[in-house]
Amino acid sequence: MKARRKEEGRWAWRLTGFITLCVYIFMFAPIVATVILSFNASMFGGFPMTGFSLQWYYKLMANEQVLAAFRTSLWIALVTAAVTTAVGVVTAFALVRFEFTGKQALSTLVIMPALVPETILGVGLLVLIKAVDQPRTMLLLVLGHILLAVPYVVLITQARMVGIRRVYEEAALSLGASRFASFREITLPLLVPAVVGGALLAFTISFDNTSASLFWRPAGVETMPTQILSMLKISISPEINALGTVMILVTVGIPLVGGLILQSLTRLKRRGQPTEEAR
Amino acid sequence: MPDSQDTLSSPRPASAGASALGTAAAANSPAVEFRDIDIAYGKFVAVRDFSLSIAKGSFVTLLGPSGCGKTTILRSIAGLVDISGGQIMIDGRRVDDVPIYKRNIGLVFQSYALFPHKNVFDNVAFGLKYRDVPKPEIVRRVGKALDMVRLPGTEKKLPSQLSGGQQQRIALARAIVFEPQVLLLDEPLSALDANMREEMRVEIKKIQKETGITAIFVTHDQEEALSMSDRIVVMNAGAVEQIGTPQEVYETPATAFVADFLGKANMLPGTVTRSGQGTAVTLAAGQTVNVVPPKPLAQGGKVTVVVRPQKLSVGTAAGANRLSGRVVSASYLGGSAIYEIDIGGGTLIRANTPISGRVFGEGEAIEVGFDPDGCVLLDEGGQRIS
Repeated sequence: MKARRKEEGRWAWRLTGFITLCVYIFMFAPIVATVILSFNASMFGGFPMTGFSLQWYYKLMANEQVLAAFRTSLWIALVTAAVTTAVGVVTAFALVRFEFTGKQALSTLVIMPALVPETILGVGLLVLIKAVDQPRTMLLLVLGHILLAVPYVVLITQARMVGIRRVYEEAALSLGASRFASFREITLPLLVPAVVGGALLAFTISFDNTSASLFWRPAGVETMPTQILSMLKISISPEINALGTVMILVTVGIPLVGGLILQSLTRLKRRGQPTEEAR
Repeated sequence: MPDSQDTLSSPRPASAGASALGTAAAANSPAVEFRDIDIAYGKFVAVRDFSLSIAKGSFVTLLGPSGCGKTTILRSIAGLVDISGGQIMIDGRRVDDVPIYKRNIGLVFQSYALFPHKNVFDNVAFGLKYRDVPKPEIVRRVGKALDMVRLPGTEKKLPSQLSGGQQQRIALARAIVFEPQVLLLDEPLSALDANMREEMRVEIKKIQKETGITAIFVTHDQEEALSMSDRIVVMNAGAVEQIGTPQEVYETPATAFVADFLGKANMLPGTVTRSGQGTAVTLAAGQTVNVVPPKPLAQGGKVTVVVRPQKLSVGTAAGANRLSGRVVSASYLGGSAIYEIDIGGGTLIRANTPISGRVFGEGEAIEVGFDPDGCVLLDEGGQRIS
């Protein structure tokens, strides 16, 4: 009886493991395929591989349209990250530290863009712009991306902010620092992990946003994702695989590198002051 | 001291507008004065009609159970809580409209509140930096403050590398280094373990004496209050119950609350059965004791006899008022013993008495007694008869 139960348990574990494996394969196989195929020598963007080649990357480098799209996406993402982080940190500070009427409503409103489907947001902003008879400009595109990224930065910063006890600020105030000085000297440095994390996330959200960008971009402007879409309309060239690999590198690599830098920074600081036996 | 203070109706002689009267008031005005303070959070009144004058250089403790408003009062001095009525004066100067960062007060928190990302030097130097003290002077004064709290040479350490007691000493150094007008201590010992607490108690008191700073200390621990204070303010439910020296509040509690909160006094209800010379009270437990009331009591009046456990003695040493009872529990503490004695009618008396002769055991018959002037009498409303 006991042995049988043990046997059943083992099978349950195996099944769990198998399903987990399937899920991971399902999630990562397309990515792996894209990366592998980007090095394929064949003219056709599919298996079987015919040899190793970097030709699609060379071709990509020579493609002025792609380079322009890359530059556009890069600076939109950078501006979005900078503005969103500033707005998000201030909003989170206000939401956590102050009591004011309409706080709950503001809190919900700020998070709203993350809950509303992107297509609806895309159409909505477009309709609004048309209603006030304004052209689609780069400014609109950047503002749209900021709108999309702010909720995430606010949520991240809010979570960190709640963990920073108010006594630190009270102590700074009692020692003679003005409210602004105590924010700059105490609260902000303690918020750094959230600020960096929020900025990286905002960058990623902006850099690979597709559907909303399709609605908002001015005529003739392509971001990386919309460029890929328009290339796909013509043919499935292996060049797209190379482009996809570059996208993966940027959107996964940048947060990863940022996180590592942050980690080594805090570690360095700790190593600077060797721990001594606390009495 | 920051220059900005000059502009805020400072009564210092330097300012031309100050009248002779104002100057005189500053010289001998109390360090901190509360005039009819009310503090409310929405509809909840945390403090009502609080008045207190604190002399310069004294150590005053606000003592009471949690939620009695003591911390609220402390925070109102710092400017962390807005008062809804009354006035707070620091050094004779009204501070209601002065923001916290211009009040020049030192604040020590229960949770230390050292800036975790700054090392000890930067933590202690923080207040000096905002007072435009030149760098070499900052280094000198931080060094001096660290010497004072007996942690010299720790400048480069981060707070996380220090023990709780060390962190609280650094917090103390940070709060006194810029020579504030008042030092506020918000339960600074509560987060420490028992051994460290006793050490810090002595240390805080010593530093306060050395610097001559006015200190206001908040605690719910009666032992801390009794051992450290020049004066104790006992609070309950947002109001003052009694203000006095440790000895006064302990030996002559003004109310039933004070008697009970400080040292768990024996409260024996009874009726006055003989008035005038040799007033006698018959206790609800059935036995009669003699008391020395400060004013004549009417016969038949209801009173409560309050006796400290330390004022009771047992056996042959028992004082004039002898009650016979039975030992319910006995704890032997080496030099002394604590007995719980049933004196009839289910009334328990607690006696903490030096051991002379033998220790009584549970269930034994015992004589317990106190001197007629070793007790305090409360009236029906719980107020001391005086």
